[in-house]
Amino acid sequence: MEFFEKLMSIDRRVIFFFVGVALIVPFFLDIGQKIEISPEVQALYDAFMELPPGSKVLMTFDYDPPSAPELQPQAITALRLCFDRNLKVIMIGLWPMGPMQANLALGTIFSEKKYLDKEPVYGVDYVNLGYSPGNELVIQRMGSSIPATFPRDFQGTPVEEIPLMQGIVNFSNIDFVFNLSAGYPGTVEWVQFAVDRFHARMGAANTAVQAPLVYPYVHAGQLTGLSGGMKGAAEFEKLTGFIGKGTKFMLSQSFAHVIVILFIIIGNTAYFVTRGREKRS
Amino acid sequence: MRRQIPQLLTAIVGFVYIIQFFIPHKPFNLFERMFSDWFLIIAACAIWLGVLNLLKLSSEKVYKRGKDWPYSLVSICGFFLITIAGLFFSGGRHFQDPGTPFDYVYVNIFTPLSATMFALLAFFVASASYRAFRARSKEATLLLLAGFFVMLGRVPVGDLITSWLPEGYRLSNLTDWIMNVPQTAGQRAIMIGIALGIMSTSLRVILGIERTITGGE
Repeated sequence: MEFFEKLMSIDRRVIFFFVGVALIVPFFLDIGQKIEISPEVQALYDAFMELPPGSKVLMTFDYDPPSAPELQPQAITALRLCFDRNLKVIMIGLWPMGPMQANLALGTIFSEKKYLDKEPVYGVDYVNLGYSPGNELVIQRMGSSIPATFPRDFQGTPVEEIPLMQGIVNFSNIDFVFNLSAGYPGTVEWVQFAVDRFHARMGAANTAVQAPLVYPYVHAGQLTGLSGGMKGAAEFEKLTGFIGKGTKFMLSQSFAHVIVILFIIIGNTAYFVTRGREKRS
Repeated sequence: MRRQIPQLLTAIVGFVYIIQFFIPHKPFNLFERMFSDWFLIIAACAIWLGVLNLLKLSSEKVYKRGKDWPYSLVSICGFFLITIAGLFFSGGRHFQDPGTPFDYVYVNIFTPLSATMFALLAFFVASASYRAFRARSKEATLLLLAGFFVMLGRVPVGDLITSWLPEGYRLSNLTDWIMNVPQTAGQRAIMIGIALGIMSTSLRVILGIERTITGGE
């Protein structure tokens, strides 16, 4: 088979091999990358920085382990920011595994001496209210009464006995909502109900696939900041001064993108050469 | 009556939710809270429905030795493993607390396996991109160029390649323009179209015109 015709139909295992190499090799390299901060991530960071100490932040973990590589670094960074600035964190999940991911993020933070020394107290500085089924109806119900929607926390303690939940009735008692979303229910539903209906102030972190869907909300001012994919995680980490997995994994992503683009160029070059020869003959 | 009662219930609940959006005072807000609580209870019960259905289908496949029946056996065993671990082996703690067998299975088995399955997509997307992104027509060329610039601009390599250009004219700036202008415009158009479709279908369901929901024709 002629060379350019072979290039048009490369065995996909060859592509898999090169993509695999592009993803793995960066783990053994120590190359720094310049991360440019986008206006959307800057707006998200500024929204956190504007909150005075003691403000209540509702963090919603609407994702599961497949999306954790992109969203978990952002959750950890946001929690760091909250604990550093003495913001009170209320964690919930509209996805069943969301609260477990929240616990994993807390476990990562509390493994560091800085936060062990700081000793955030459960029920006073942060609380995990767990998962509630019902998708967007949960958000609507929270607009009337958050304690009625989440009557107990993750471990079964009634919310009346949790100091952090005293005085919290609905979204008017929440200073900022930070939504981590991988799909439905997620950012779109939070904007439709919490922001539009109950006037909550909200920022979001999405997977790279979902982020383009919510750009209209950013431009309409319904979302105060958006962090998309692993690049967003790296930007968020850079702004907080903490180098986490979002920054470390960007090198692998850069290499992988370059490999994919090279294969696209090879395929198109072979296509045009083959087509030119067919036309001439 | 089998269709009339569900249609009547749909109409009542639908109108209550519409009215309470514009009149959030008594008695409509009380009805809205009641219906929302009922919905949350039904949603919780639906989880059980899904689980029992999964067990039923998997058991039938194993019993009849259907195609790929060993995978159904793995599903059943996995379900009972994690249920029993969570219910009976938590040592008095909450089953999701760190250090419990349930937490161990979640962190060390479920999370890596789920992430691995999703990560496989990266390889298939790369292969699909190589085959699909060919400049066969004007539209395909536009798609190819947009994908090309967004992929490069979304990683630091893009700015590295165009670092010789003045700030504001680099690849990441072009990517931001693509995402903020044409992409957002297209998303808005799609969202408005979907919203109009949802409004129209919802009104048809609430008014009983759309009968396929309740088993009609």
